[in-house]
Amino acid sequence: MAYVAPASTRSRLLDSERVREAGRSVGLFFAVLAFLWASWEAFRWIAETTELRLGQFEANDRTMPHIHDIVAQLFEPSRRNGPLLIEVLWDAALFTAKEAAVGFALGALIGFALGVLLAHSGLLQRGFLPYLVASQTIPILAVAPMVVVWVNPRLPDDFKDWGAVAVIAAYLTFFPVTINTMRGLTSVDPRTLDLMRSYASSSWSVLWKLRVPAALPFIFAALKIAAPASVVGAIIGELPASIQSGLGGAILNFNQYYITEPTSLWATNLIAAALGISFFLVVLLAERLIVRRAPENVA
Amino acid sequence: MSGSPVVSLRNVTKTFGAAGVTAVQSIDLDVRPGEFVSLIGPSGCGKSTLLRIVGDLVEPTSGEVVVNGKSARQARLDRDYGIVFQDAVLYDWRTVAKNIALPLELLKWDRAKRAARVAELIDLVELQGFAEHHPWQLSGGMQQRVSIARALSFSPALLLMDEPFGALDEMTRERLNGELLRIWEASGSTIVFVTHSISEAVFLSTRVVVMSRRPGRIAAIVDVDLPQPRNADTREEPRFFELVTAVRDRLREGGHDDDRTAPGEGELVGAEETP
Repeated sequence: MAYVAPASTRSRLLDSERVREAGRSVGLFFAVLAFLWASWEAFRWIAETTELRLGQFEANDRTMPHIHDIVAQLFEPSRRNGPLLIEVLWDAALFTAKEAAVGFALGALIGFALGVLLAHSGLLQRGFLPYLVASQTIPILAVAPMVVVWVNPRLPDDFKDWGAVAVIAAYLTFFPVTINTMRGLTSVDPRTLDLMRSYASSSWSVLWKLRVPAALPFIFAALKIAAPASVVGAIIGELPASIQSGLGGAILNFNQYYITEPTSLWATNLIAAALGISFFLVVLLAERLIVRRAPENVA
Repeated sequence: MSGSPVVSLRNVTKTFGAAGVTAVQSIDLDVRPGEFVSLIGPSGCGKSTLLRIVGDLVEPTSGEVVVNGKSARQARLDRDYGIVFQDAVLYDWRTVAKNIALPLELLKWDRAKRAARVAELIDLVELQGFAEHHPWQLSGGMQQRVSIARALSFSPALLLMDEPFGALDEMTRERLNGELLRIWEASGSTIVFVTHSISEAVFLSTRVVVMSRRPGRIAAIVDVDLPQPRNADTREEPRFFELVTAVRDRLREGGHDDDRTAPGEGELVGAEETP
């Protein structure tokens, strides 16, 4: 790469290139959305007209409501004379987002700290890693009730109930962050370590000036997995915590009315998915802003 | 050039691993202040190892290493040397300016002082206009200049360079050779330079240390009496070619050619001769 354009031209080039790339991404998103929508409706149409049976499965309004019916349901009153479903779900999504965001932050911090600790000690790593893996093999549904019983009585009033859900979300968040932090911190070029040694730098400086910046692409890869997982953790955590105000409560509620009104549950799932995607996008945006690496080094 | 040596090696030997592969053996060498000393030798002769021993990045198995009148370890802790590797080894999340400032940050210089020093160095290595670029936006030669600026940032008395231009094309290498001499004169530092290019060693150095094949020993030391300052014309002078030939001959005697017969023991040890 011998030719380097002057800074001004290059940033302009980059900008127009970025705009085009962003345009392509958005276009692709809608193209895939349209494809999925069409596939759903096409499958249902074929299955209905040919009276196709897949075992017990029969395509109809109950098993596969039309997408437009699901979307339309969002703008129906949630109950007689009540607010629109989308208003109810919006509030529920905000509530769940709060639990998930706190859980994500908590899990990311704990995951990072554990990663740093384990990366610096082979002994700790060998000793503790099996238990960290074990912690992830236990279904969250089995852990959640215990977390609620343990954590709730110790929470200040502001965090009552939903704080326990945040802890459950953190439980799903920390593990990938720990694993990737460990991997990232130990992935540094040995020559950069020689360089830091030649500057007689402390291991604290090596950590913050070299290892952590070098690990950022790895850490963000983990955060991108962890962000939607924290939403799932929050939704599931609401069930044993008996929280009605979140998406978990809404899912449980609409489950009971599925036979008569399946579209409400589908609409809730749609909102839950949108929340997970928003979490992912926030992490992606943060990565774009924070990680400055050679194109070939971005994980 | 007088004064107590900047680098003093006494009977330095390094053996690697349980198998006992000897990288360098019985090295005696003094580098005086202001000297430009090149270490040259066949691949695997331990010249890089020797440089890393001086920098306390590798510990010698036996022998004594004195840098700036103290142990190599103490010299490293006092930041008495700057080092440049074959690859620039820049942090790609840092801009050029921030890469150069890295050692200064570690030395806790304040922001204004750092910025002033970085501006000076960017002028010195002629990278004006690239301060805010990231390493991957630069050519290999420019990256290596950033790496040199970084090594010089805290004005160390000693500069250790491990084949810094080895990965560059011939033309870039010759241009950077000229720039390095200019920087050397401007900074007044002492340079120990590892290379496997004979003409580069002769062009740059005040002395060329010729090493033999593994186990690496000093086969000969060639004084380079070419006048300073040196420039492109220096490479055309008859004396330049004589010295290149002298170094090449010493390399051959040291077993540079790929003959598998081990050189005789006695004839190579510490031959402090000049042609």
